[in-house]
Amino acid sequence: MAHAEGQQHPIGIYFIVWGWLFVLSTFSYLVDYFNFEGGLRWTLILLFMILKAGLIVAFFMHMRWERLALTYAILVPPVLVMIFVFLMTHEAGYTFLTRGIFFGAGS
Amino acid sequence: MTQAEMTVTGESLARPEGLQGVVADWASDQRAFKNVPWGKAMMWIFLVSDTFIFSCFLLSYMTVRMSTEVPWPNPSEIFALHIGGEPVPLILIAIMTFILISSSGTMAMAVMFGYLHDRAKSALLMLATAAFGATFVGMQAFEWTKLIVDDGVRPWGNPFGAAQFGSTFFMITGFHGFHVSVGVIFLIIIARKVWRGDFDHARPGFFTSRKGNYEAVEIMGLYWHFVDLVWVFIFALFYLW
Repeated sequence: MAHAEGQQHPIGIYFIVWGWLFVLSTFSYLVDYFNFEGGLRWTLILLFMILKAGLIVAFFMHMRWERLALTYAILVPPVLVMIFVFLMTHEAGYTFLTRGIFFGAGS
Repeated sequence: MTQAEMTVTGESLARPEGLQGVVADWASDQRAFKNVPWGKAMMWIFLVSDTFIFSCFLLSYMTVRMSTEVPWPNPSEIFALHIGGEPVPLILIAIMTFILISSSGTMAMAVMFGYLHDRAKSALLMLATAAFGATFVGMQAFEWTKLIVDDGVRPWGNPFGAAQFGSTFFMITGFHGFHVSVGVIFLIIIARKVWRGDFDHARPGFFTSRKGNYEAVEIMGLYWHFVDLVWVFIFALFYLW
């Protein structure tokens, strides 16, 4: 865990992660290329997005090798943004509803 | 000629691991981040705040896209390029994605060679990263020109559908492109320092007069990987959704 001089890891790890990032990016591009629609499309996009983000943070940014005190301090706050997402989803739904009522059909 | 000293961050006593380690590290009379130089901790904290900025942009994009009654323009068609007469959907964005990922790979190796004190390889890999980054910004400039001049997309409206498409697009990709541009400049500066051997000869920095070390390369790397990370989210949520 502790390194005398910074983060030093074998170069092979970087090549493997790099390869996977290329594969996952190709997959997410193919989701668009083959025109997947609806729930399947959104699930695949989010899955590939999370996997890519995880690989970059864990290996390229060395988070996998840091002590948990840093990992939690850095990674937990952005996860709380999901609460904001929840709030704004409902806000947007309400705006959409009122737009439908006041400017909707027939105007 | 003396070797530049690395920041002494090691603890003489063994620390507990896992959750117990979190509690122990965050307990009173402790420095919270063990084995992490202060510069790196500060960069991480800056990156968390930057995460919130981009989160706010993406959230406002989500909100306006969900609440508009006008159909959202199809990015797959708008960002298609005609290759051999056939439109290939989203191909420019796909190429930009691969370029940015490649730049992240070269950056990760530049950090590694930095800690090995292999100055030439570290500096050259960083310059390669900067070149990839500049290519990315160039392609973005091409994309913007096509959208503004050929398609007539404006922040307040566009011929394809919901007016909010233009404002969110220019805001989000513009802010990201700005981050990439700053990163390219930052990369060239650090690459020059590595190439000249500033970190081996403990040469005082221009602004701070403090001697640096190869942690600067890793901190630079954190910023660059973050730029790549943000693009992962923009690519998924704006271009593919």
